[in-house]
Amino acid sequence: MIPLSWYVALGASLFVIGATGVLLRRNVLVVLMSLELMLNSVNINFVAFSRFLDDLGGQIFAIFVITVTACEVAVALAILVTVLRNRATLEVDEIAIMKG
Amino acid sequence: METAFFLLFAGMAVLSALVVVAARNPVHSALSLMVCFVQIAALFILLGSPFLAVIQIFVYVGAVMVLFLFVIMMLDVRKDVHVRFRTGGVPALIVLVLLGTEMLALLLGNGYIPALSAAAEEGVAGSVKELSLTLFTDYLLPFEVASVVLLVALIGAVVLARREAE
Repeated sequence: MIPLSWYVALGASLFVIGATGVLLRRNVLVVLMSLELMLNSVNINFVAFSRFLDDLGGQIFAIFVITVTACEVAVALAILVTVLRNRATLEVDEIAIMKG
Repeated sequence: METAFFLLFAGMAVLSALVVVAARNPVHSALSLMVCFVQIAALFILLGSPFLAVIQIFVYVGAVMVLFLFVIMMLDVRKDVHVRFRTGGVPALIVLVLLGTEMLALLLGNGYIPALSAAAEEGVAGSVKELSLTLFTDYLLPFEVASVVLLVALIGAVVLARREAE
């Protein structure tokens, strides 16, 4: 039996790697992919705790996280396609129309 | 045996996550993210939740990554961004290092998580039947709300991506 702390450590390291991608990459698509990575690392934690506490709530929460992620990706990519059609750039810093 | 498999899957997951962040070509990022998702699905099986592993493969590898690859293919993104990382990322890097050390310190410093490790044996968490019963009794309202969210996202994506009539 693998200790719970290994799973939590894996989740934490994937989260930090994903956050690095979100904060430091310039390509919007890669930023979105890193966001997916962060959400998935949270899912690992949910499922691991659900197993170790013997409670199904964690798995149910992970299912809802997956659902909402699918929605988020669909809407984000639609917005991205529209932005690219109008401004023709993929750089995070260039897409700042809503900046005050 | 289980430990060896965990180390294999976790190592592959971390490696492919690093490739996602570091790759120059977005297509390589997408493919290695797919690898990472498959490893995480294998970890779910190791954790005794086969249903979530299947959902992970279906939704992430089957739907989300195909969506990403379609967008990459449609947009021809390779010529666009040559420099991978943003300038002035030093504060962000400091925050990230702090975050990582904080999480590691919390993990190593508390007595709660290691104490849990011994108590877990084959329990209720593995069975798909129990999972579905819980989902459709205790969590029925969130389930319905999730379906509404999916519908809204579907309509929103169609409306947003549609070309305006001229």
